Amino acid sequence: MRERILPILQKHARQRESLIPVLQEVQAELGYLPPEAITEIAQFLGISRSDIYGVASFYAQFRFEKQGKYAVRVCQGTACHVRGGKRVLGEVVYQLGIEPKHTSPDFKYSLETAACFGACALAPVMVVDKTVYGRMTTTQVKKVLSQYP
Amino acid sequence: MADLNLTIDGKQITVKPGSTVLDACKQAGIYIPTLCFHPDLTPYGACRLCIVEIEKMRGLPTACSTPVTEGMIVKTDTDQIKNFRRGVLELILTEHPHPCLTCWRRERCGPYDICLRNVDVTLRCVLCPKNKICELQEVTDFIGIDKVEFPYVYRNIPIDHENTSFERDYNLCIKCGRCIRVCQEIRGAAAIAWTMRGSEALPGTAFGISLKEADCQYCGACVDACPTGALMERDRRWEGEKEKQVLTTCPYCGVGCQLNLAIKDGKIMESVPARENDVNRGQACVKGRFGIKEVVHSPERLTTPLIKRNGKFEKATWDEALSLVSSKLGSYAKDATAVLSSAKTTNEDNYVAQKFTRVVLGNNNIDHCARLCHAPTVTGLAATFGSGAMTNSIREIGNAKCVFAIGTNTSESHPVIALEIKKAVDKGGKLIVGNPRGIRLTNFSDIWLRHAPGSDVPLLLGMCKVIVDEGLEDKEFINSRCENFDDLIGSLKNVKLDEVEKITGVPQETIKKAARMYATNKPATILYTMGITQHTTGTDNVMAIAYLAMLTGNLGKPSSGVNPLRGQNNVQGACDMGALPNVYPAYQSVTDAANKSKFEAAWGVKLSDKTGLTVTEMMDAAHEGKIKAMYIIGENPPISEPDANHAVAALRKLDFLVVQDIFMTETAQEADVVLPATTFAEKVGTFTNTERRVQMVRKAVEAVGESKPDWQITSLLAQKMGVKGFDYQNASEIMTEINQLAPSYGGITHARLETGGLQWPCPNADHPGTPILHTNQFTRGKGRFMPLTYKPPAELPDAAYPLTLTTGRSLYQYHTGTMTRKVKGLNDLLPENLAEINPADAAKLNVQNGEMVKVSSRRGHINAKVKITDVSPVGVVYMNFHFAESAANILTIAAIDPVAKIPEFKVCAIKIEKI
Ligand code: SF4
Ligand code: SF4
Ligand code: SF4
Ligand code: FES
Ligand code: FES
Repeated sequence: MRERILPILQKHARQRESLIPVLQEVQAELGYLPPEAITEIAQFLGISRSDIYGVASFYAQFRFEKQGKYAVRVCQGTACHVRGGKRVLGEVVYQLGIEPKHTSPDFKYSLETAACFGACALAPVMVVDKTVYGRMTTTQVKKVLSQYP
Repeated sequence: MADLNLTIDGKQITVKPGSTVLDACKQAGIYIPTLCFHPDLTPYGACRLCIVEIEKMRGLPTACSTPVTEGMIVKTDTDQIKNFRRGVLELILTEHPHPCLTCWRRERCGPYDICLRNVDVTLRCVLCPKNKICELQEVTDFIGIDKVEFPYVYRNIPIDHENTSFERDYNLCIKCGRCIRVCQEIRGAAAIAWTMRGSEALPGTAFGISLKEADCQYCGACVDACPTGALMERDRRWEGEKEKQVLTTCPYCGVGCQLNLAIKDGKIMESVPARENDVNRGQACVKGRFGIKEVVHSPERLTTPLIKRNGKFEKATWDEALSLVSSKLGSYAKDATAVLSSAKTTNEDNYVAQKFTRVVLGNNNIDHCARLCHAPTVTGLAATFGSGAMTNSIREIGNAKCVFAIGTNTSESHPVIALEIKKAVDKGGKLIVGNPRGIRLTNFSDIWLRHAPGSDVPLLLGMCKVIVDEGLEDKEFINSRCENFDDLIGSLKNVKLDEVEKITGVPQETIKKAARMYATNKPATILYTMGITQHTTGTDNVMAIAYLAMLTGNLGKPSSGVNPLRGQNNVQGACDMGALPNVYPAYQSVTDAANKSKFEAAWGVKLSDKTGLTVTEMMDAAHEGKIKAMYIIGENPPISEPDANHAVAALRKLDFLVVQDIFMTETAQEADVVLPATTFAEKVGTFTNTERRVQMVRKAVEAVGESKPDWQITSLLAQKMGVKGFDYQNASEIMTEINQLAPSYGGITHARLETGGLQWPCPNADHPGTPILHTNQFTRGKGRFMPLTYKPPAELPDAAYPLTLTTGRSLYQYHTGTMTRKVKGLNDLLPENLAEINPADAAKLNVQNGEMVKVSSRRGHINAKVKITDVSPVGVVYMNFHFAESAANILTIAAIDPVAKIPEFKVCAIKIEKI
């Protein structure tokens, strides 16, 4: 882990301003921000781990768990909400056995919620990797997921 | 800048420039509800409860963050304001249990009363530890809310019981951010931060790890900052309101934090740092904050005198014990007795102890453990400046442009001074750290000089050389204020930077950078402690530091100077009081005939003009049978002395030993008679902190059992021995005698100290005290340079003992642990001694983290657990010295500095073996 992070750190100045770019690059390298990475960054920048975690957890873009092979996102925006987005999410949670912001133990799926994909006409919407599935029903969830073994 | 005028609710007010509208309202006696505001923190403007109306300003500005401008017209009481505040508060209350907050019966409701509204216990104010001292209650009562329209959802977060000092119940958190801000802004720990965002945001640690893993210092600053019951000292939780509070001085270190002890039923409930003073300003550390009540009220306290009969201690009356001691002590030849006084007891106690030695025993055999920490400071600075104390004050450090901290792990041993260093850095000052080990300070230092243990002189001379070579010295200061500059120039001739690099292990370029940084950012201050003094070259080290400061003119000015941070709470005072073998109070030499006759006249007896024995010499003399009896007050040589086995053997050789202490220490075990003393909380007196500030110690609770203040025991003993001049009625009478005999304490009376500390020299009753020494001239006239050369440590690693051992102390324990090891919370934080070694050494020895190993030197061996960390450089092992069961001082060497006679605790050769 260290060998992969150090080269990134060394490109940056040891100052607070480097924090966000460092977090982004480390996440790009590792796919997520594990505790060991936060510790390395903390030591390098002289900022406490809690402080870094606080900043990272403020932004939705940062993840603290290893990501699954497929990114499953279910919209909870207003349009999707009124059209049953919550039920779709419930079904996905049931099918995958994980809560939003988590990854299945076999690292196949990571589940996230989103606040509108800009495809409200198709509400309720779920997205797997880059493919959009509109007008979802609970029965369709299993079918969609089965395409991602 | 001129004062500003403004009108608040029709009242005319004049305030100091820089005041906020909130300050002005306070001054006008107008209450403004606040929640996120805290007087020690920068305004945050988040809770929006403090809003006011200001003419010509749009909207409702927050009083806490709006600066006053000339002619402002402020209203605090309009309907618009009231409605807005009510709305804001209602929103806050949707996230905080509030049934009781909005109930008219709250004032009258007891914890076990049946609630008429059937409110769940978890939601009841009367069951909250903060009840009646909660700021949220105060604010709600002021604003007046009888119901909350929005639904309340209990967060249902488990209470964090992980540390024994305080608990965290985030169900009660109102997200004011005060805990986080104090932890980041003031403590620089950032153990907690805002985590998550939006409605999920809460203070927390990275990944929810424990506070300990998050590098929390357990200072309790967050607890004191929290307006609600979310953060509470654990033992205090159900104790309710205090009956009274007593302001006193912390007994744990030389910072001398002012603490308010809250008292109920004759017991200390909590100790909260006081805000209105120039020392700690609302801050403290884990020892002062959480480590006091358990010590004072410990069931292990000595409560009666004890006499050893047939190898067993038996209870005795004061009269029996004192009679025995007096007949015994009186039976030896004049030079066969010695006294060890204590850097933990008050000035008054020390004064009486040294007077007892000189008047009753008739010799000068008195010393205390300052020998073991700062004797080189006294000798080194006396030779160069003429007086061996901190030249400047704690509160000035925060304004320094450069701080050079060498041989001090300030965050661990002087936590509150470390906050000042952080302040200096936050204001843009530079920080240079000189330390072989990685410490908290190195996290935010500009330059880290990681020099080999014992190579301070070459490092410092190297820096001096760079400064002189590059013409960065302050020629004006050197010419007008110093003498013998050529001696330094002569010494620098022999200094070659490439050799310095080899000895110290610090690259030349880094030394150059550090020298330039120190010489060009003025004012610059140097802080140092045991890393400099505990060497055979301790005096040389101190002088080299003094030269660096003299060379750059960094003396006699605010925020500059040479600042030895004294370790124990009253080590400065014990020295000032003459608990030293060579001087009377205020450093008046015993060999000087004029001093002798002055004290003979004052005390009415003939005195000895022979310099007495130092601690280490006493132990040797006891071993050789030359000292037959000792009177040890509050000291514990078997743990604190170097080559501890030798010290125990010496004590056992004594014919008679009397020990006066608060606990049955390792030393007391060896005694013939043990006399129970009171703690600081049970007596009146004064401590002198590291910046020469004399501060009151006040009686907070009644003495435990039959224990008595140290000065009183010593005086009773003197009276028993038929000597006059010890009939003091109280501590302030002793101070009056000190005023007459110690010129630098001439104007320091208890009456004056009631309103705040005074820094010596303070020669008369009208003198305001001296925050900065050597302003116009040095105490000895001119600052003196002397030749200096490098001498290696007494014992260097070799084939048989290939590693270097260096010792120190930790934030969580104090000295020999007599006091702090009684505190559960502190023991949890640092329960055992660890041998910290570098991963490379660990690999070579094939030992694992947590493995028990045998650590041995030429003097003895102990077992300790290994901690593998790159904080320790290769080849260097670090251990704390607080632990009796694995006493690091069994290993250390008794080689001493020839001038100051301090033992070399910081360097000795050892080996580590698997067991
Ligand atoms: S105890 Fe001190 S260091 Fe720990 S979280 Fe609270 S303020 Fe921060
Ligand atoms: S824990 Fe206390 S101080 Fe910290 S944010 Fe919550 S209420 Fe404020
Ligand atoms: S031990 Fe020192 S820093 Fe800690 S509270 Fe006491 S005086 Fe202050
Ligand atoms: S609300 Fe779901 S796509 Fe817009
Ligand atoms: S106190 Fe002013 S905004 Fe909170």
